[in-house]
Amino acid sequence: MFKGILKDQSVQTSIGVIFILLIFGSFILPEWMSNNFMYGMSRGLAVLGLMILWRTNLVSFGHALYYGFGAYAVALCQKFFGVTDILLRLLIAVAAAGLLGFALGFILRKYREIFFAMLSLAFSMVLYGLLAKAEFLGSTDGMSISPSTFFGTELGRIALFNFIGLVVILAIIFAQAYLRSSLGHLTTAIQDNEIRVEYLGYSVEKAIHIKYVISACLAGGAGGLMAASLGQVDPDSMVLWSVSGELVFVTIMSGLGNILAPFIGAVIFEFIRTYAFEWAPQAWQMIIGGTLLAIIFFSPGGLWSLFQKLNFLRKKNNE
Amino acid sequence: MKFGTMKTVSSVFMTFLFVIGTLFTTSVYAKDRIKVGVVSFLTGPAGGPFGIPAKQGAELVIDAINAGTMPAPYNKKGFAGATLDAIYSDESGGGTKQVALFRDFVQKQNVDAMIGYISSGNCMAIGPVADELKMLTVFSTCGTPRLYEEKLRSHVFRTQANAVGDSLAAAKYIADEYFKGKMTTAGKMYTGINQNYAWGQDSYKFFELGMKVYMPSAVGSSKPQFPKLFAGQYGTEISALSLDKAKVVHSSFWNGDWEAFVLQAMVRGFFKQKIVVSSVGGSAVDTLGKKFPDGVIMGTRGLVGLNVRDNKDPLNTWFVSEYKKRYKAWPLGPSYQYARSVMAYKLAMDKAAASAGKFPTQDQAISAMKGMKFKSFVDTIEFTRGGGHQAVHAISYGVTKYNKAKGEPEVENLKTYAATCIYPPAGVKSEDWINNGMPGRKCE
Repeated sequence: MFKGILKDQSVQTSIGVIFILLIFGSFILPEWMSNNFMYGMSRGLAVLGLMILWRTNLVSFGHALYYGFGAYAVALCQKFFGVTDILLRLLIAVAAAGLLGFALGFILRKYREIFFAMLSLAFSMVLYGLLAKAEFLGSTDGMSISPSTFFGTELGRIALFNFIGLVVILAIIFAQAYLRSSLGHLTTAIQDNEIRVEYLGYSVEKAIHIKYVISACLAGGAGGLMAASLGQVDPDSMVLWSVSGELVFVTIMSGLGNILAPFIGAVIFEFIRTYAFEWAPQAWQMIIGGTLLAIIFFSPGGLWSLFQKLNFLRKKNNE
Repeated sequence: MKFGTMKTVSSVFMTFLFVIGTLFTTSVYAKDRIKVGVVSFLTGPAGGPFGIPAKQGAELVIDAINAGTMPAPYNKKGFAGATLDAIYSDESGGGTKQVALFRDFVQKQNVDAMIGYISSGNCMAIGPVADELKMLTVFSTCGTPRLYEEKLRSHVFRTQANAVGDSLAAAKYIADEYFKGKMTTAGKMYTGINQNYAWGQDSYKFFELGMKVYMPSAVGSSKPQFPKLFAGQYGTEISALSLDKAKVVHSSFWNGDWEAFVLQAMVRGFFKQKIVVSSVGGSAVDTLGKKFPDGVIMGTRGLVGLNVRDNKDPLNTWFVSEYKKRYKAWPLGPSYQYARSVMAYKLAMDKAAASAGKFPTQDQAISAMKGMKFKSFVDTIEFTRGGGHQAVHAISYGVTKYNKAKGEPEVENLKTYAATCIYPPAGVKSEDWINNGMPGRKCE
């Protein structure tokens, strides 16, 4: 599955871009900017998860379930077991979300289209209701998370930033390897004709289940890293339907064209939000909504299609 | 993907980095200007009744201090001589979003201090981050006692006393004015409806603990209600409370939730059937006007807002008249609370400048504010708890009554409880203090 993956063009581009970003972020950019890159890269993992589902025409309106589950797994492990190691945190977040995704996958793999979307939304709101009501889980206040450590030493912001960058590179390699494998190639086949795929001898439900668990793991890891980099979790910013909506928003904004697109989209989203808050504190939601409208009208393939257009233009000039 | 695409992507990406890098060069401020972030709810259900009046209160006082037109002891122009540029920001969206914004304020906008925050949830989230980033932060309104009882804070101050006093004063008012030993045990039952988060949970917990001390014979209902913050619909809770035998209902509802609750409960005759004590609902008395029911026991979290608007203290009359002139409305509790945080910050800056002999550093301002005593609108406030970072002050309760002749709401039978009566001595946890029978309290 991983054979020749490092020769893959998208993987090479992604590694290159993230590497440049890490160097810039560590040495040149002011801290608030590396913060935004850090949040963007974390959120991008969840968007990547959504993108993988989306390529089979499965749109989840409840991915904040895994995002929040990963984040709360990190928070609760700190509260009850004192876990602050960043590697452990990431593992816990991914494993918790993966297990939950595996369990729910048995139900969700049977559904498609709007039924899939609404059912996943319903599951996410069940978790929201639990978190918001339970006082020992912090109810709507959430919980604060202490700075991460790495084998006992406290991790600075820059170190955390680089760590997240490396996780993103690994996730990209893994996701691309998956998409290139025969399981991954089933993606488009399932989208085209499920019955034919069954006749070829593959189980559609199983393929979707695996895909769903991968997607859940990515979202869980995103939540865990987000929790570690923000230092706070609460149900309104982590599990509410509007968070799922944001993830879908970023997916549409990024486009499905490339494995790097979710991260670029998520980073741009963080910047838009930062400036929307700063410039229009009373109407920031309108700016974010307006951006989405503009993208749907003028660039329905997402931001990635803009890059492709640039490339296309240049080829024409060269001819 | 071709190699060409890779190059394009990288160059576009680099350009993007370059553009955002150059767009926002940090504006360097000379010592004659300082930059302060003021955060309150500008959107959502807490905006109208809380956040906007809060912002206006801060705005009014900041402008007056910058111009040097505020009465004594705030008549000296500027903050340690510097003009304050306020950046107003929205508090909506949950603690996590606020933490991200707070980091932006500190690292991107390079503010000199932060003032504000209404929701207890947000204060709990911001507190640790403010200490981590070493940013002087003055909380204005939030009330959860956990902020300082869980951990002392190095850079965080709060000019508003915590929920313990609001709840204890409410319990004392009920015990002294309503129960007075003439009722049967069944008549002395109480219950509550509070939002299910730090502020609501703490408020009801301390009300209950207070009742146990002030009136041990009174019984708490087994079914107090805890709907979600910003729920907006309270049909089932109102039914449950109506069926409950308890006559007294305690509520720490605030923001649009309280107005929604009042409107929904009123049409069902709830306020005729029950005695409602509200620790922070003063904003709705003005917004609902003559629609607001009479006979609600109303607190304003200190000597601010509705309960002191007729007070003749020169600072208070100045504030009320200027506020009414500028915003065409009465200043509400949050307007006072935000203004008070600005005033405390000014005083600390002036004090630090005087002792340093030059424009003070942040550490000098912090040590000046620690344990400081300052004049509020009606009373004097001291940072005596939480290691000199948490202010305490008196709390008053009165009963709402609409004055038909004047066309304005009023309160009657106003009672004020001194800080020594309703707050534990420094260094003692509130819960332990109340459970031990509140040793050393002075209630004259």
